[in-house]
Amino acid sequence: MEESSSMQPASMPVTGVDKPFGPVAAVFLAAGVGALVLGILTTLAEASEGVKSWLEWSTAVGPLSGKTIIAVIAFVVAWVVLGIALRGRNPKPSIVFTWTAVLVAVGLVLTFPTFFQALAPEE
Amino acid sequence: MHLTYREWWAVVHGMGLGALFLLAFAGGLAGLYSLRPGLLSERGVVERTRRLQIGTWVMAIAAWATVITGTWVVYPWYRSTAADSPKSLLLANPSTADWHEFGMEWKEHIAWIAPLLATAVAFTVTYYGTSLIKNQGVRRALMAFFTASFLIAGVAGALGAFITKAAPVH
Repeated sequence: MEESSSMQPASMPVTGVDKPFGPVAAVFLAAGVGALVLGILTTLAEASEGVKSWLEWSTAVGPLSGKTIIAVIAFVVAWVVLGIALRGRNPKPSIVFTWTAVLVAVGLVLTFPTFFQALAPEE
Repeated sequence: MHLTYREWWAVVHGMGLGALFLLAFAGGLAGLYSLRPGLLSERGVVERTRRLQIGTWVMAIAAWATVITGTWVVYPWYRSTAADSPKSLLLANPSTADWHEFGMEWKEHIAWIAPLLATAVAFTVTYYGTSLIKNQGVRRALMAFFTASFLIAGVAGALGAFITKAAPVH
């Protein structure tokens, strides 16, 4: 069992090279962007029949097909673009994680039915 | 005891992948929590990191597989326009309509946020490798986002279970 106070503590692990935080910032911000895009599309689809129809990329799945495919593409593209932009850089982790949390929180609000159904046109 | 083809897929989506997700989360969270200087020997860090990398990627892959099978395999049967589809049955009765209007409408969207966060955590664990133990602030943030991913998936999973109870896919 490796977990023990009597054992030699990890002075520094094997690969003790300090790595830049940029690539981590890129993937977390990209996740936030993906969540935000999903939220925006969900709300737009509810507010506009035109957008809802356009997002119906699969008849069987309905508008959810377009929403999720675009959100995943946004995640991947943001990851690549931010990965290139932030390569070798060291943005402050607390700022990156805070922005990620904000983006995800806004995405969650925009995908909450009580919120987006309030924007639906009167029938 | 018999399950139809569609019921098998519902089981794979909700119970098979869901159970894998839960197991991977428990292992991953325990691994992240204990990745602290003073708790592990150097050899322990190497071993724990390898297990953490596997656990977080298993959770991320399980999350992607869950939302993909849910959206592209099970959901079309749920939302079919047939009179006996789960969606039609739920909406036909005012006392069950909210399971679709609120439950499914929320579940089908937020579930997709879970794999995004799980992937970010798995990538970070792999990127830092054994040096993650030197980045305690990042480790704590990973625990928070890992847990957020799990809770989001938990909401979707719980709603899915209730909806399936009210109107299962046959």
